[in-house]
Amino acid sequence: MAGLELDNVTKIYRMRGKEPVLAVDRLDMAVGDGEIVGLLGSSGCGKTSTLRMIAGFEDATAGTIRLGERAIDRLPPARRNIAMAFEGYALYPPLRVRENIGFALLRGRHPRGEVERRVGQVAEMLEITDILDRYPPTISSGQQQRTSLARALIRDADLHLLDEPMSQLEPQLRAILRARIKDWLTGRRMTTVFVTHDQTEAVALADRIAVMEQGVLQQFGTPAELRDRPANLFVAGFIGEPPMNLYPAEIVADGGGPAIAVQSAAGAAAFRVPLPPADAAPALHERLTPGQQVHFGIRPHKVRLGTGDLSGTVLSNRWLGDQSHIGIDIGGCLLTAVTPDPVPGGADGTIAVDLPAAAINLFDAEDGRALFHGLQEAGP
Amino acid sequence: MQHHRQSAIARAIRGVLLTLVGLFFLFPIFWVVLMSFQTNADILRTPPSLFFTPTLDNYVALITGQLDTAVGSLKISYMRNLWNSLVLSSASVALSLLLGIPAAYAFARYRFRLGENIAFTLLSFRFAPPLLVLLPLLLYFQDLGLYDTYIGLVWVYQLITLPLILWIVRGYFEDISPDIEHAYRVDGHGWLATFLKIAVPLARPGIAAAALLAFIFAWNNFVFALILGSSDVQPVTVGALAFITASGIQYGQIAAGLVLSMLPTLVLALLAQRYLVEGLSLGAVKG
Ligand SMILES: Nc1ncnc2c1ncn2[C@@H]1O[C@H](COP(=O)(O)OP(=O)(O)OP(=O)(O)O)[C@@H](O)[C@H]1O
Ligand SMILES: [Mg+2]
Repeated sequence: MAGLELDNVTKIYRMRGKEPVLAVDRLDMAVGDGEIVGLLGSSGCGKTSTLRMIAGFEDATAGTIRLGERAIDRLPPARRNIAMAFEGYALYPPLRVRENIGFALLRGRHPRGEVERRVGQVAEMLEITDILDRYPPTISSGQQQRTSLARALIRDADLHLLDEPMSQLEPQLRAILRARIKDWLTGRRMTTVFVTHDQTEAVALADRIAVMEQGVLQQFGTPAELRDRPANLFVAGFIGEPPMNLYPAEIVADGGGPAIAVQSAAGAAAFRVPLPPADAAPALHERLTPGQQVHFGIRPHKVRLGTGDLSGTVLSNRWLGDQSHIGIDIGGCLLTAVTPDPVPGGADGTIAVDLPAAAINLFDAEDGRALFHGLQEAGP
Repeated sequence: MQHHRQSAIARAIRGVLLTLVGLFFLFPIFWVVLMSFQTNADILRTPPSLFFTPTLDNYVALITGQLDTAVGSLKISYMRNLWNSLVLSSASVALSLLLGIPAAYAFARYRFRLGENIAFTLLSFRFAPPLLVLLPLLLYFQDLGLYDTYIGLVWVYQLITLPLILWIVRGYFEDISPDIEHAYRVDGHGWLATFLKIAVPLARPGIAAAALLAFIFAWNNFVFALILGSSDVQPVTVGALAFITASGIQYGQIAAGLVLSMLPTLVLALLAQRYLVEGLSLGAVKG
């Protein structure tokens, strides 16, 4: 077990007669010893390419990769001491599930009894004990995926790479296995990088999450950081369910004091959120000048209803069993609110809305970078 | 019920058609086998008859190398030719496997400059009329001392066997997910071990098919040995010319020679069948 350090890692695929593909763009990332990191991003954003460079199947076009004390980017895969579960499972078809899982340990001269015991243990954890004597082509894809995961988890490698390890499983099983895998990884202090499309999975499994888009690392932080302090518009819109309410806005300083003038999708003035006076929040007024274009964002969970100065029309009101999702129209802006309790009143009613200052996010209109979270200056 | 009866009828029709096709294709072979047990006189009788006194004379003549014809006795080296066929075909296929499998793997897994062109050039040897290159080759072979040697013939036979093996096996390698090999590599193995222990065993059905096909093509070759060798190294295909004698064509011996020359390919096909059918099942990655 060891820490992983990616420094300026870049991957450009060049194929004859085609445009080069920039799959990973100057990726810097440090994974601590024993840390579990989730790579989250939409399809084609370079997650698998990143794992393949770490494992050594693909040369990095630029940059260095270190694992513990060793620079590994020039080593062949065999000498990197990394275990990997593949997106396409890649099981050995002629070997039984049992042999597939224990393969590396047996070749590593572990005593047969110990291998048997460990195979049994990981198979039980992943609920595949009943298929241990079957051959890969005769089991379902979900079972193949767990076999491939078991083959990676059984190893004592310096680093474990898991490429979409649970994409084929049904939600119930996924929820159960998530917790067990987390225990397995933390109990053994396994340094892990896993890839997923699923935010819930990323949040449940990872200590920190790296959000990628189009080959670029957007933000690398704990689930709470991603939720409360998204580094840019992309992360703000990508993380969270339902997604953050985001609107174009302009800083104004007229009669009523400094304020954020939020615009509807049509570009009309929708509503205003007052800013604290300059002496109370000097940083805010230093960075924000009247006339400046920004994006205004607030998470649905932070919207408070039934109180506040704003008023909107309820468009929809659904109770989901454990929370309410309410769609509200405020001056042409569609706002989603989530409350833990049912909200009385149906569609077309009027409702008072409060957007607490501590929950407001402001982003630069041009490059999308975060300016303020809860009216506190966003970090670098 | 209706559906069931229809499918029974369909099955019956299919059976009849298959039998007809089988008869159509097997009839010449059946006829040749019959001929090989007949004297020339029986064979040339009109109308031909299924009833005759079987004789082993044709086989005896082939095996002893004594051909007795109406105008006298003459020596033939049919068994020698048969042996030559075996040596040439096996050695050619073996050499092609040795060269072709790694090459096929390289073409399947790596994209390199001119790779596609090289592969296609090799394939194009299959389209070129061999006589075009044989005459110049004859002069070179005589200079190099390769004329009338096994080595020389095995070398030109690569024109037949190598492209076949390369292209068929390449397709099989391309069908194996590279990640299976990657999985083996992260488990601590080098590329050579991965090639030998994973790629080759998984492509084994393809390799068996390609080897069998290449063997048959090599076995049936005629012109290479006709021009580049003497009867010392010539295979049965050329050796059979000896049955066209001054006193006529020895149909009985030709038939017997054909039957003997079919046997090795037949045995090989039966043996290879096991591997062909075996597919991706047991035992490929053990150890
Ligand atoms: N071998 C390759 N040759 C050329 N381009 C490639 C290759 N592998 C990946 N790419 C391209 O690089 C980009 C990143 O691909 P990658 O497989 O890393 O995405 P991903 O994030 O894993 O996507 P997914 O979630 O769909 O698995 C994509 O645009 C893809 O088309
Ligand atoms: Mg992927």
